[in-house]
Amino acid sequence: MIKKILRSSFLAVFLFAAVCSAPAFAATAQKNLILATTTSTQDTGLLDTLIPIFEKKTGYFVKTIAVGSGQAMAMGSKGEADVLLVHSPAAEKKFMEEGNGLNRKLVMHNDFIIVGPPNDPAGIKGMKSAADALKQIASKGALFVSRGDNSGTHAKEKDIWKKAGINPEGQKFYQQTGLGMGQTLNVAAEKNGYTLTDRGTYLSLRKALGLDILVEGDKSLLNIYHVIEVNPAKFPKVNAAGAKAFSGFMVSKPTQDIIAKFGVDKYGSPLFFPDAGKPEFD
Amino acid sequence: MELILEGIKKAFWLLVTFDPEVLGITWLSLRVSGLATFFSLFIGITLGTAVALTRFPGRRFVVSVINTGMGVPPVVVGLFVTIFLWRNGPLGFLELLYTPTAIILAQAVIATPIVAGISLASIQKIPEALRLQILALGATRIQMVWLLVKEARLPLLAAVMAGFGGVISEVGASIMVGGNIKGYSRVLTTATVMETGRGNFDVAIALSVILLLFTFIINAIFTSIQQRERPR
Repeated sequence: MIKKILRSSFLAVFLFAAVCSAPAFAATAQKNLILATTTSTQDTGLLDTLIPIFEKKTGYFVKTIAVGSGQAMAMGSKGEADVLLVHSPAAEKKFMEEGNGLNRKLVMHNDFIIVGPPNDPAGIKGMKSAADALKQIASKGALFVSRGDNSGTHAKEKDIWKKAGINPEGQKFYQQTGLGMGQTLNVAAEKNGYTLTDRGTYLSLRKALGLDILVEGDKSLLNIYHVIEVNPAKFPKVNAAGAKAFSGFMVSKPTQDIIAKFGVDKYGSPLFFPDAGKPEFD
Repeated sequence: MELILEGIKKAFWLLVTFDPEVLGITWLSLRVSGLATFFSLFIGITLGTAVALTRFPGRRFVVSVINTGMGVPPVVVGLFVTIFLWRNGPLGFLELLYTPTAIILAQAVIATPIVAGISLASIQKIPEALRLQILALGATRIQMVWLLVKEARLPLLAAVMAGFGGVISEVGASIMVGGNIKGYSRVLTTATVMETGRGNFDVAIALSVILLLFTFIINAIFTSIQQRERPR
């Protein structure tokens, strides 16, 4: 009897919730477009500027799900997102090779930087090589705060550790937050630690942080964003037309111009550099 | 400390200037959590009363399950609801993932055991003799149950407050199934997490203050109803 009540009441709530509130929050099926992206595009506010323009132009309703690049691609490889805006090139290539994506297009770049407390206990300020800087942080045992969330930034960081020939995993100076970039920067600031960040998120948070840029300009620190449509041949339920429209929008001239200017008024320098149509970096 | 004062000031300004985004977020929070609580009352009181008034094999197990359910972490609920609502999941055809409806659903699942557990305890506490008396006076079974629920209304109000308080302050499930989409499925808690991530601590504090304020007002209303008539 209890089972019956349970079952029927859960069914009731499902149906009731679906029937009652769905029309109230109206948004019709094929007009929805799920964009899985990185936290940096949301935390900097770039998407808050671009998405309304896209929605107005095309009539699509964009559901922006801001997670790490790793999770965004995991969603894509299950067909649970329509289009991705991500920055983890090696993982993206794997994603494409597995047939999950279509039309991977270069959108923009900025760069990663190593930030840390102004008194710089490991003495890495001004070093030219990111790998050398991490080596020095490790040898001095200074705290390094990692995203630890398979995001694009985390992937880049792991690359650099590899280049430095160090496995930081499990070592005392190395802490993983499992959080987004903004929150990880806050943790690093609070604990006087070093971290790797994209420049955009750092600039948009700088006033609250009290962390300085210590290493920048190394070629290995490029941060490259691509837009990828999820393959409708593999996942029939994706909104292929919407994904195509969004991809086209991101690389269009007007959008690229907005990207080029985004943040200049507020931070004095752009947060992203548009790259549509340019040759790939690698 | 200065930051908190700034935040309170900001909360005040956002409210008195009727900031459309903040008002929208606040209204959505109240609507979503209110509806979720409403559904959970419906199921939770039914379930709690049924378990309180019947004897069957495995009853103790069911009670333990309900009591465990009262403490289930919202993220766990969020994860399962997400998997069910995925396009390619069992309920994908409903197309509910990343909608406010999905948040209502997840929050109802979170609140139901809370309401059921408190209902169960409060109905069970009514002396057996009362039941017999009601039946002896010629009431039908349905009438008897209705009278018992009415008798337990004061503790049941506690169930409403606990359920509502549990879901409006919940963030893990809301962000997973709602997606924190601007102007659509962003509620007070998920907005607070995002603003913290963006380093806008003043806005984050302001949103927290607004959340506390509304939770307080709603609880104060229920409390005054509850305390108006003191149980003997």
